[in-house]
Amino acid sequence: MATIEQSEKRAPWVLLSPALVTIALLLVVPLMFIVVYSFWLRTSVGGVEAAFSLANWQEALTDRFYRDILISTVRIAAITTILCAIIGYPVAYFVARARGVNRGFLLLLLMLPFWVSYIIRTMSWINILGVSGALNSLLLAIGVIDEPIQMLYNEVTVILGLVHFLLPFMILNTYVSLDGIDRALEDAANSLGANPMQTFWEVTLPLSVPGLAAGAVLCFVLGAGTYITPVILGGPTDAMFANLVFEAIITQLDWPLGAVLSLMLLVVLGAVVLTYNRFMGLGQIAKGIG
Amino acid sequence: MSTAVTLNNIVKRFGTFTAVHPLDLEIEQGSFLTLLGPSGCGKTTTLRMIAGLLDPTEGDILVKGQRVNTVPIHKRNLGIVFQSYALFPHKTIFENVAFGLKYRNVPKAQVEEKVKAAMELVQLPNVGDRYPSQLSGGQQQRIALARAIVIEPDVLLLDEPLSALDANLREDMRVELKNIQEKLGVTTVFVTHDQGEALAMSDNIVVMRDGRIEQVGSPWDVYNRPASEFVAQFLGASNLMDVRAEGAGAEKVAVELPQFGKFEVDTTQVPKGNASAKGKLVLRAEKLQLSDTAAKAPTGHVTANGTVEAVDYLGQSVRYFVHVGDEKLQAINTVGQALFDQGAQVQVHFDPQNCTLLGD
Ligand SMILES: Nc1ncnc2c1ncn2[C@@H]1O[C@H](COP(=O)(O)OP(=O)(O)OP(=O)(O)O)[C@@H](O)[C@H]1O
Ligand SMILES: [Mg+2]
Repeated sequence: MATIEQSEKRAPWVLLSPALVTIALLLVVPLMFIVVYSFWLRTSVGGVEAAFSLANWQEALTDRFYRDILISTVRIAAITTILCAIIGYPVAYFVARARGVNRGFLLLLLMLPFWVSYIIRTMSWINILGVSGALNSLLLAIGVIDEPIQMLYNEVTVILGLVHFLLPFMILNTYVSLDGIDRALEDAANSLGANPMQTFWEVTLPLSVPGLAAGAVLCFVLGAGTYITPVILGGPTDAMFANLVFEAIITQLDWPLGAVLSLMLLVVLGAVVLTYNRFMGLGQIAKGIG
Repeated sequence: MSTAVTLNNIVKRFGTFTAVHPLDLEIEQGSFLTLLGPSGCGKTTTLRMIAGLLDPTEGDILVKGQRVNTVPIHKRNLGIVFQSYALFPHKTIFENVAFGLKYRNVPKAQVEEKVKAAMELVQLPNVGDRYPSQLSGGQQQRIALARAIVIEPDVLLLDEPLSALDANLREDMRVELKNIQEKLGVTTVFVTHDQGEALAMSDNIVVMRDGRIEQVGSPWDVYNRPASEFVAQFLGASNLMDVRAEGAGAEKVAVELPQFGKFEVDTTQVPKGNASAKGKLVLRAEKLQLSDTAAKAPTGHVTANGTVEAVDYLGQSVRYFVHVGDEKLQAINTVGQALFDQGAQVQVHFDPQNCTLLGD
């Protein structure tokens, strides 16, 4: 008996071990390296020198430059998340309320963007908003403007690109929550005297919060960690935090500073995820993705 | 007695499929009416049309004489208990029960009072602070009922409210539900496919089949005077035998069964408009009794001889399948009576007053 019980207890770990080993090798070990690097020193030729120095940390934490970009990164991610929620919720609601074949088709449409590289999808905005892009051509043709205007390469287009990239995550997560709501709950609220608007505020919206929150965390984390979008759609002053990490490591070959900056971003995003986990539980995200 | 709900020729089609055929029904104020029928016969559809959750394709629905077809559900003042209970999982029990009062401008002090009264009525006065997930199925059921009655609805609508409960609890709940209904005097429409529930609780039963009404009547009527073969077979166990009848329209109808010979039945045993020369005799299995071939049957009973084909012991009673001539009949007798084994030669007998005559 005891041995069966023991082997039953062991079974999940045995089954999980390949995944755990992979995570350990690809995530935990590199992370340890980064932590160690953050205390090392950069040599003048771009190498690293083992040491225990807080100089990198001091620079990153006191220089206003890094702090400002961290704040604007958080701001861009937050605005993007809010826009995704506002735009995505009605869509998710519509899909969740669609019937039969329609719903399958709509879900397929939602998956469609994932079949095209995110970089290509981001670049497509250049063809739409660029100086010789579709929108300028249209405005010129109908005589609203006399010469093309530069609409690209600012914070607005970065946010636009991010919303474009992240919206499906928000929609799918919210959809899962909305789809899980027993329609009888809304019928019950209606029958008790709540009109459709009141029913939405009292029943539907609160019950879809888990999906909305899961979508928001994904949008925020992916948005704040983005590197490609500001490069393609942002101007010289629109760098986000991940661009700084890239700059430090690849351009300046300053691994220790890059390590410190990565860890700063990790701490901020980690705090967001932990806050979410505290209130909602991470399981909800798995539901939305799976 | 006034009429609380009137259905006037209502029809419901889903695309080309007709779920409810033209249907007329009057529900008396304060009465307990059950829609009974097999799965898919349109009970839920009918109930949802009364509730306003479905629009009838044709026909009118009147509540207290007012046409309500175009009145949205939140203005109908109906109490609905759903099969899944549909308690709001994110609200406490108190908030759940108080939900409907919020839209009725009830002063705060009265809300507390009314919620308390409703929760006492369903015998769960102390769970106000809990969430629905912290209650058992039976308790959730009671709270769903409390939430529906606290708004003092014009009509209480229940769609198979007991079907998710286990057998014992279901029987307790049906007694309690009936008590509460009587105490409040609220007009109630109850949907079930469980004949036991229907017979035990209802003032009137509507037996439905394929979107049509087969019979409307008191539990006694639908059980003892079924208006059609379908009703006879759907409720309880019945024997159906071909008969020839004479003297339709007179006070007594003479009928002849090949195995039992000739006897007379009362016209009250012939559903209206059903008399004809050829027909079917309906005899409930519990009205057919077995005895020794030598025993003398009670006076007035008609008798025949047969062979016991199978015996089905049910605990309080025994069900026999008996071959009589070329008919195979069912008899359910209480265990107190003499027991017979398979293959035994027996006499079967019944009182002609206990059968119903259906026309062809
Ligand atoms: N929305 C719908 N679209 C198409 N057909 C429907 C719809 N709702 C019900 N039906 C059909 O109408 C018929 C009656 O359904 P209804 O739900 O009223 O049955 P019921 O008597 O309540 O059965 P049950 O005892 O199984 O609940 C069924 O054949 C069902 O398939
Ligand atoms: Mg039903």
